[in-house]
Amino acid sequence: MTTFDDPFDARYRLTPGCSCGRHGSEAEHAAASAVSGDAQTSRVVESAVMRALFPEDATRRAFLTAVGAGTAIAAVNALFPLATATDVFAQGLKPEKTDLKVGFIPITCATPIIMAAPMGFYEKQGLKVEVVKTAGWAVIRDKAINKEYDAAHMLSPMPLAISMGVGSNPIPWSAPAIENINGQAITLAMKHKDKRDPKSWAGMKFAVPFDYSMHNYLLRYYLAEAGLDPDKDVQIRAVPPPEMVANLRADNIDGFLAPDPVNQRAVYDGVGFIHLLSKEMWDGHPCCVFSASRQFVTEMPGTYQALLKAIIEATAYAQKAEHRKEIAAAIAPTNYLNQPVTVVEQVLTGTFADGLGGVKKDADRIAFDPFPWESFAVWILTQMKRWGQIKGDVDYQKVAKEVFLATDATKLMAEAGLTPPQATTKTFSVMGKPFDPSKPEEYVASFAIKRG
Amino acid sequence: MRGSLSLRAGLLSVLIFAAFIGAWQFATMPTTGAAGDVDPEYAALVSGAAAQGAKSAFPTPADVGATIWGHLKDPFYVRGANDQGVGVQLAYSLGRVLLGYLLAAAVATPLGFLIGMSPLVYRALDPFIQVLKPISPLAWMPLALYTIKDSGISAIFVIFICSLWPMLINTAFGVASVRKEWLNVAATLEVGALRKAFLVILPAAAPTIMTGMRISIGIAWLVIVAAEMLVGGTGIGYFVWNEWNNLSIGNIITAILLIGLVGMALDVALGRAARLVAYRE
Repeated sequence: MTTFDDPFDARYRLTPGCSCGRHGSEAEHAAASAVSGDAQTSRVVESAVMRALFPEDATRRAFLTAVGAGTAIAAVNALFPLATATDVFAQGLKPEKTDLKVGFIPITCATPIIMAAPMGFYEKQGLKVEVVKTAGWAVIRDKAINKEYDAAHMLSPMPLAISMGVGSNPIPWSAPAIENINGQAITLAMKHKDKRDPKSWAGMKFAVPFDYSMHNYLLRYYLAEAGLDPDKDVQIRAVPPPEMVANLRADNIDGFLAPDPVNQRAVYDGVGFIHLLSKEMWDGHPCCVFSASRQFVTEMPGTYQALLKAIIEATAYAQKAEHRKEIAAAIAPTNYLNQPVTVVEQVLTGTFADGLGGVKKDADRIAFDPFPWESFAVWILTQMKRWGQIKGDVDYQKVAKEVFLATDATKLMAEAGLTPPQATTKTFSVMGKPFDPSKPEEYVASFAIKRG
Repeated sequence: MRGSLSLRAGLLSVLIFAAFIGAWQFATMPTTGAAGDVDPEYAALVSGAAAQGAKSAFPTPADVGATIWGHLKDPFYVRGANDQGVGVQLAYSLGRVLLGYLLAAAVATPLGFLIGMSPLVYRALDPFIQVLKPISPLAWMPLALYTIKDSGISAIFVIFICSLWPMLINTAFGVASVRKEWLNVAATLEVGALRKAFLVILPAAAPTIMTGMRISIGIAWLVIVAAEMLVGGTGIGYFVWNEWNNLSIGNIITAILLIGLVGMALDVALGRAARLVAYRE
């Protein structure tokens, strides 16, 4: 069952796998049975609603066969105004505003946001977007909140933190697309090249880009797994990514868990070596998101959709390995990342110098997948809870659903020729420890080293 | 004799400069170490120094000279919002500084005048001024961003708030310390309050006021670089930050030199203006 099939048809399955069995893959099936135009839009919305009502596919099919599709539509309509929801996503929404400003931090996580400007993805949606380089995460947050930016590149925990009012006033924020998955690394200063065991890292000073960042949570997780208390045994401080290499060079810090190209730049300048790719801790973890205020999403649905579509198409383009070199050349100049092309290219292609004299190859060092899994948000919230950034009871699922806008991504991913996943949550494991998004409290409680 | 003194001073300046460049050149001389057994595939992926197991080196004077020349050749290019020539960046910074500074002057001079005229107000406001004066511009920045909600205006506000105090204090001090005899003469001649202010006090206090203005412009120029490094976008401070990202020391040195030159020009201009209002007793 793809997002374009009729969810009121009992013959289809809503969960992954080709629905009719006649096609090799779901994508082929979609190509064969594609519905176009208006129907497409309403199908997507209806699917999302049905998925929410019937998480178990068997229940939905039982329901449909028992009452018939017509009754089902009427029944669901009574519960949820399908027509209204479909209208919101209806085609032909003209952007209310075409001149936009989108803020970014000069790191490769922002690749889709940045490349969409020089490579014409914004233009294709009829938008004139100025991508503005910004000095740090606190500044990008303040500028986005102050509406100087229409949308912005943020770390995935930031929209959650802003929505909950952690570290700022509570303002409903949204993350309709993940920028990149993987693509971070732990880099250590050259003098530590024999201290590869994290158990021997007590007393060291580390930098992460921001308090509310995957980097902070992953580094803390990594240290805690090695038996170190990240608040007592080491020092972790927030340093904007661009300043990290300068600080590592000056011996202000011993290492960092940072976004690229910072890690590769440290290697390029002979200052540090790549100890561990974040991929090796959790393959497929999210890092940065494309984000906008809830107000922007609701007041300018046309602009929002066009912008999100451009981002998702850019993300789809960036995911293809054969495009990576071209993208590296497009985003390396002074106007964007301001880095030597070879550094950006090593990050994106995954053939890179490790800083210790070796050349490593890992095509998935950084990958691009826009789908904002709600379970990602839940995991992030568990870590915020674990380290005392949020206190008291948290409605994990609710916050995740309100901030990570999976429905929008589903629809636009399909239009961009990607295959959106059928569910909005998934399980995964971090450093071998499985995470069940339906049991966040138990997960937090299961850690030996935590706050509060 | 004076001519020969300035000649000798000039000669000494040149010598100091040459010694500095010489020392710099010596310190950054490329060490032709044994490259030897480096994997060429690895060497192609890192900088020259890193391939030999060293940190990338500080640029030589010649490298920096070439960088400076590159910037001076084409100072006004605009290649997108985040990449503009140093001339354009300096113009942005100067515009911000002048705006904030003129606003501060427009507030500080009349206010300082009033404070200086009244010993009571002078004493009453003194503690506030003393506390607010030494606050770093960067400490104001988060507060400004939070309340003003616009990074451009915040930068100007920070210039304003930092260049306000020297002008205010100097104006008040200059006005308060006008010689009693002159005020007494004015009183004897039954000069009106307004006439007294403009014809007696203002000329008498003008040199002190100008000193305050000169201090302020120096502070404003110091502040703008820090403020722009923080908010980014445009300006010479942003340029420094952007090149810091790229660890491009040559570009940073270029910016440092330009910042110094512009700061000197501003100071000289205010110095000239101060000479215009000076008087001899």
